[in-house]
Amino acid sequence: MGDLLHLLIGAALVSVGAAVGTPLRFLVANVVSQRVGETFPWGTLVVNVSGCFVMGLIGAYATRHALPGNAEIWLLVATGFLGSYTTVSSFALQTLALARGGENRGALGYIALSVALCLGAVALGFAGAGL
Amino acid sequence: MRLYSAIVAGGIVGSLMRWLVALVLPAASGGLPWATLFANVTGCLLIGFYAGLTGPDGRLFVDPRTRQFAMTGICGGYTTFSGFSLEMLRFVQAGDVRQALIYLGVSVAAWLAAVWLGDIAARRLNNRAGL
Repeated sequence: MGDLLHLLIGAALVSVGAAVGTPLRFLVANVVSQRVGETFPWGTLVVNVSGCFVMGLIGAYATRHALPGNAEIWLLVATGFLGSYTTVSSFALQTLALARGGENRGALGYIALSVALCLGAVALGFAGAGL
Repeated sequence: MRLYSAIVAGGIVGSLMRWLVALVLPAASGGLPWATLFANVTGCLLIGFYAGLTGPDGRLFVDPRTRQFAMTGICGGYTTFSGFSLEMLRFVQAGDVRQALIYLGVSVAAWLAAVWLGDIAARRLNNRAGL
């Protein structure tokens, strides 16, 4: 019974985080692409990089407080909110679209920028949390 | 507003799926984060297949809201770039640069292969007469 209750609370926390993170991704990606154009997926890039920065912050918090993976704050913010805010599926689909459109340099640039900036952002967030 | 409701609903479903994968495939110490890799790769396969099947040349007609529910919502919520990036950082922090590079290479290659395969499968289905 206790296990089931924990499972239900966990599902509720993940759901609440996702209910905020998913529409926020849609909103931010749309606002960015409307401002800078849609020839390159800047919107998703901004979403993923900003999400990775915040993940670095909460990752540092989790390390400092030795949070377990099923801690309530982790399920809400990391698994639910940030997990749903950032996306790999859109990234992959956009990369495929660039390659199919004959923009091989654009596709390679998108992959390189996403990986480099996301990893840089998560490291920066982690380091920044300690200041 | 109904579009946002669809995106939120899809994001909750996708995030719960990702969380369940993590519960079923717990991280073994020293190994790759299989749960994140599994969710991201299958999410890429799914979005490639669905996008191809419901795109302009697709054989399946769905309204834009249903498409956003599945792609932005479910696939976007199911996959995560921030979780991947934090796991990369953890490898580097543990001094395991080799494992980090393996995880990076395997992940990016598998995401892109999956979205490509999903797209190919959808095109095959779209071009098949009858059904």
